[in-house]
Amino acid sequence: MNTPSSNIPIADYISQFQKAEKSFSPQLMDLKKNAIRSFEQLGFPTTRNEEWKYTNVAGLLKNNFAISGNELLLTQNDIEQFLPEEDDLILLVFENGKFNSSLSQISALPKGIIAGNLREYPDHHAVKKHLGKIALHKNESFVALNTALFQQGAFVFTDKNVIFEKAIHLLFINDARNNATVSYPRNLIVASPGSSVKISESYYSIKAVNPSFCNPVTEIFIDDNASVEFCKIESENSNDFHIDYTSVFLRKNSTLNIHTITTGGNLVRNNLRIELQQQNGSAYLNGLYVTSGESHVDNHSFVDHASPDCYSNELYKGLLNEKSHGVFNGKIFVRRDAQKTNAYQSNKNIILSDDASVNAKPQLEIYADDVKCSHGATTGQLDEEAMFYLRSRGIGAIEARALLTNAFAEEILDKITIPSIKEKLKALIHLKMKKGND
Amino acid sequence: MQLLEVKNLKVKIDGKDILNGVNLSVKPGEVHAIMGPNGSGKSTLASVLAGREEYEVTGGEVLYKEKNLLGFSPEDRARMGLFLAFQYPVEIPGVTNANFLKTALNEIRKSKNLAPLDSKDFLILMKEKMKLVEIDKSMTQRSVNEGFSGGEKKRNEIFQMAILEPELSVLDETDSGLDIDALRIVANGVNALRNKERSFIVITHYQRLLDYIVPDFVHVLYKGRIVKSGGKDLALELEERGYDWIKDESTEAAKI
Repeated sequence: MNTPSSNIPIADYISQFQKAEKSFSPQLMDLKKNAIRSFEQLGFPTTRNEEWKYTNVAGLLKNNFAISGNELLLTQNDIEQFLPEEDDLILLVFENGKFNSSLSQISALPKGIIAGNLREYPDHHAVKKHLGKIALHKNESFVALNTALFQQGAFVFTDKNVIFEKAIHLLFINDARNNATVSYPRNLIVASPGSSVKISESYYSIKAVNPSFCNPVTEIFIDDNASVEFCKIESENSNDFHIDYTSVFLRKNSTLNIHTITTGGNLVRNNLRIELQQQNGSAYLNGLYVTSGESHVDNHSFVDHASPDCYSNELYKGLLNEKSHGVFNGKIFVRRDAQKTNAYQSNKNIILSDDASVNAKPQLEIYADDVKCSHGATTGQLDEEAMFYLRSRGIGAIEARALLTNAFAEEILDKITIPSIKEKLKALIHLKMKKGND
Repeated sequence: MQLLEVKNLKVKIDGKDILNGVNLSVKPGEVHAIMGPNGSGKSTLASVLAGREEYEVTGGEVLYKEKNLLGFSPEDRARMGLFLAFQYPVEIPGVTNANFLKTALNEIRKSKNLAPLDSKDFLILMKEKMKLVEIDKSMTQRSVNEGFSGGEKKRNEIFQMAILEPELSVLDETDSGLDIDALRIVANGVNALRNKERSFIVITHYQRLLDYIVPDFVHVLYKGRIVKSGGKDLALELEERGYDWIKDESTEAAKI
């Protein structure tokens, strides 16, 4: 199990950096050089690292992934199935990490909002100020790798006091039909003071024999009195790898609603870091993982209460079927000055088969003395009594199971306020639960 | 023709004998009350009829519409017209009462090759039955039994029965924990469904419910056997004299 990092071919990844196109600003180039140095020092994590105890990346590293070329091959037909149903859709499409402008639709964007390819905004003040400052590469291999190797990604910026009700959809498609492919999307979301924005960030892959590896990093900055709803969807194929790092800074009186929904993938690791930097910040973290086959889904979250009077509430739920494996590792960290903190965390799992399993590790680390905090994790099977009750009313076993699992999942999905995304996810999960019964 | 025929039914749970040869015949349109002291096997009989899997049938048979009932899954039994009103209805968070009932009704209709009811027709049906058991609209929009009071849960069972219109309803201590108003509502619901085709097995510890749902037959279950059967007057006699004389009689009979 424990592979020493020296045996893992970090050289392949370093040579990706050497070969990569480097027409970035000097500031960004410095960041990238520092990042590849961090990566060289860190190597890939092994299961001896406590944070990676249950998630072994050795299987991922056996593959020979290549960064795909510059040509864009996807058609409207390829992406149709992944699109949310919505009028005047606002959509950015990234193909193996590269912006596909012809498939994107941004004409409905109002004044005061930018949504585009990060690469095209090197001189924007928000990019200069925040890129690479929210997700730090120093101690995180996969952040270092992404920082060194990213070329493109989404940049969303809202001006002061701009309230936008419609969602901005970011769609990332892995296409490994030609060869095993790796991509490093880099996203930056900045909500200026008093603004409000809703964003979906979806990851799908085109059906292919070859695996794909997606290693995105998303940085979110929520300024005073601003609010962001962010819905991450990971629905890649059963041979794909996804290692995600999302980091959020919240300033005074700001609000974050973040949903992390995983319905696919071979190995998925989510790292979510929330820093409540100033007073009266609120963060709601919702998570749902619906797994089957032999997939492995690991959710690591870290909520840093660095200031007084902040609120965080985390609810992650898992439905684990067949031979799949789930990991939940959530930490609430309350610093000494963060008095009057309210922090809650809960993880609930339902195991649907004999061979599925989950490792849950909820953690609290509190240095302030006037706080309200709670955490807990439960893992069980589908309620047998409820199953019998439904069946005794004429509802067949498969349908009964779908009703119960959907109800379990919908507690999370109902927190999403982007209707098209909520409906899409409900349909996706209903289908998966009905299929996953044979 | 009998609707239900229980013949010498023997049932075990966790290695313990609970039913020791129950015989019971129910014709269409009849109401049978099954009474008996605690632990006599009343709820076991109800559970076995509904298809609860943890019970082991060690002997005898159950014919329903001349078919071997015990060979069918719980959902198939429901689709064949059998209904169990639970003694302890289960709470199902996240599934609304209305959605649950619509799914159930349409699964039953599907098994009879009937087209599913659409939302509008279902709403009309639901409204009609809501009146019957004095359920208000908010209760249909709440999660199944979640946070319901004891009385609401029992009324909800009868509401489900009214919507699904079963041919054989087994009421497992539906009266337990009910105040007199709730008892009246439950009984009204049952009486409204009574007709020449529909039959009921009313399991109860007390005679009180039988003032409202007047049975055609009363049986006393004791130590896993029906030890006495009679008309509705037997219930009154039990109310007056308790179960001890039955116990004595049955012990005497066992000696002979």
